[in-house]
Amino acid sequence: MSIKGKAYVMGAFEHPTREAIGISTPQLHMQCTRGALEDAGLTKDDIDGYFCAGDAPGFGAMSMADYLGLRKLRHMDSTETGGSSYILHVGHAAEAIAAGKCSVALVTLAGKPRTSQGGGGPRGGGFAAAPEAAFEMPYGGTTHNQYAMCATRHMHEFGTTSEQLAWIKVAASHHAQWNPHAFLKEVVTVEEVLASPMIATPLHRMDCCVVTDGGGALIVTSPEVAKRLKRPKVKVIGAGEAPKGTYGGKVDLTYSGAAWSGPKAFAEAGVTPKDIKYASIYDSFTITVLMQIEDLGFCAKGQGGKFVSDGNLISGVGKLPFNTDGGGLCNNHPTNRGGITKVIEAVRQLRGEAHPKVQVANCDLAIAHGTGGSLGTRHGAATLIMERE
Amino acid sequence: MSEQGEKKAPAVRRIFPPAVNEETEKFWKAAEAGKLLYGYCLACNEPHYFPRSFCPFCFSERVEWREASGTATVYSYSIMYRSPTGPYTIAYVELAEGPRVLTNLVDCDFKKIAIDAPAKLVWKPSEGGAPVPFFTLG
Repeated sequence: MSIKGKAYVMGAFEHPTREAIGISTPQLHMQCTRGALEDAGLTKDDIDGYFCAGDAPGFGAMSMADYLGLRKLRHMDSTETGGSSYILHVGHAAEAIAAGKCSVALVTLAGKPRTSQGGGGPRGGGFAAAPEAAFEMPYGGTTHNQYAMCATRHMHEFGTTSEQLAWIKVAASHHAQWNPHAFLKEVVTVEEVLASPMIATPLHRMDCCVVTDGGGALIVTSPEVAKRLKRPKVKVIGAGEAPKGTYGGKVDLTYSGAAWSGPKAFAEAGVTPKDIKYASIYDSFTITVLMQIEDLGFCAKGQGGKFVSDGNLISGVGKLPFNTDGGGLCNNHPTNRGGITKVIEAVRQLRGEAHPKVQVANCDLAIAHGTGGSLGTRHGAATLIMERE
Repeated sequence: MSEQGEKKAPAVRRIFPPAVNEETEKFWKAAEAGKLLYGYCLACNEPHYFPRSFCPFCFSERVEWREASGTATVYSYSIMYRSPTGPYTIAYVELAEGPRVLTNLVDCDFKKIAIDAPAKLVWKPSEGGAPVPFFTLG
C-alpha cells in the first residue's frame, strides 16, 4: 500500500520563541499544539492520533497525551530518530491515516536547551545502556566532532573545501535576514564563515547550527478532513526512512541514510529530484546539507561542494532554493532537533506563505529531509515529499 | 588552527570506566592484559568491531574473538577545540585486520595527523575500571 495522496499536512506552527524564559517544556508542546490546531482550523478533540519523540517529557506518548488532554486518541507513535523524528512522523501519520487508524494526527516537538539543561537526547539513560556505549563513550564524541569527521573524509575523497561548505551557511543567512524570528539575522560571507573560530576541524562555528529553545507542531489529516478545512492543501505523496550505522566496523563516512530514504520517497511520489521546486534539508552542520544533497540525488556523489557554491541554494538566485526560513544554521534548531521546522517551511512554501523575498515562484513540489542522531556513527534518515493540491 | 582551545587548559580529559556486561566481559578482561580483541566469524570469515557474541553480517554465533595486531591507519579524524580540557582528536582508524574503530589519537603532534597515516595501539587507564584502547601515530 502506498501513502501517496492518503494524507494532508493541514496545520503547521513554529513557536516564535528562541529563548523560552518562564515557559515550561510541556507548556511549549501545548502552545505549539494550539498554534497548529488554529492554523488548521481544528480543535483539540478532533485529534485522534499523536506522534512525539524523545523531547516529549515523560513516558512515551502517554504523559504528553494526558497533559494535553487528548481524550480521543486511537493511535500513538513515539518513534525516536533524533532530529529527523518529526519528518518521519508525518510519513507514519500518513500510513496510520491510510490504514484508517486515525484521521487527525498531531506531531509535536519542543524543548529548552538554550535556557535550561538538557534537551535533545533520549530519556532514561538510553545512550549509556546502548551496546556500543563502552566502545564509543570514552572518546569524547559529540555531534560537532563526529559530523566533522565526515567532512574530513569527504574533503579527502572528493576535494570538497571549507569555502564550499561555507556557501551553505551564506545561503541560509541570505534567507534568515527576512525572518523576524530568526536567531541570527545577519547576512554573512564565505570569508566570515572561514574566520569564525574553529570548533572541530574542519568545521568552524558558522558551520554549526544555532542552539535555541522553542518547538513546533503539525496537523496531518485524512483527505476527508482536509476537504472541509479552509487552508491550502498540502498533500503527502512520498515518504522514506532508513537507519545507518557503523556496520560492525565497515564504516563509510561519505554518505548518509538519505541514500536509501530518498529513493524510496521519490519512487513512491513518482517524481525525481529535478522536479523539486523547494528543498528543506536538515542543517545541523554545513556538511550535513552537502552530503544529503548528494545522497538525495540533486547531484552526483562527490559533486556536492560544486553544487552548493556560488549561491546555488539561495532563493531567487540558485537552482535549488533551500531552508528559506534561515534553517537550523540561522533561524531555529529547537531543542537541538530541526526536523519539524523543515516540514513547516516546506508547508509555507507550498501554501505560498513564505516571506515574499524568499517565496519560490509556483512552488508546487517540495521535499523535507532530515538526519537525526550522528552522521559519524548511527542516525535515522527521513525523507518526505509533498505537493500543493 | 584557531585561537580557541590553544590556550593552556587542564591537560587530561577524564576517562570513565567502560560499562561491562555479560557479553563484553571477556573484551575488558583481555584489555587488562593489554590485548585488543575483535570479532571474527568462522561462518562467513568477516571480522567485526566492536566484538559481539554473534556475527552482525551473517548472524552466525560461530564467532571467535581474536587479538588485533594493534597496527592501523587513520581513516578520518577531527581535532576538537570546543573542550574545557583542551583540544583532543577523535578518529576512526582502520585496523590491519579490517574493521574501522572509533578512538582518539593521543600523545602525538596534531599537525602530523593525516588520513592514511599509520597508527598504533596504546592503552590508558580509566578511573577504577578496565584500561581503554587508544591509538597514537607511528
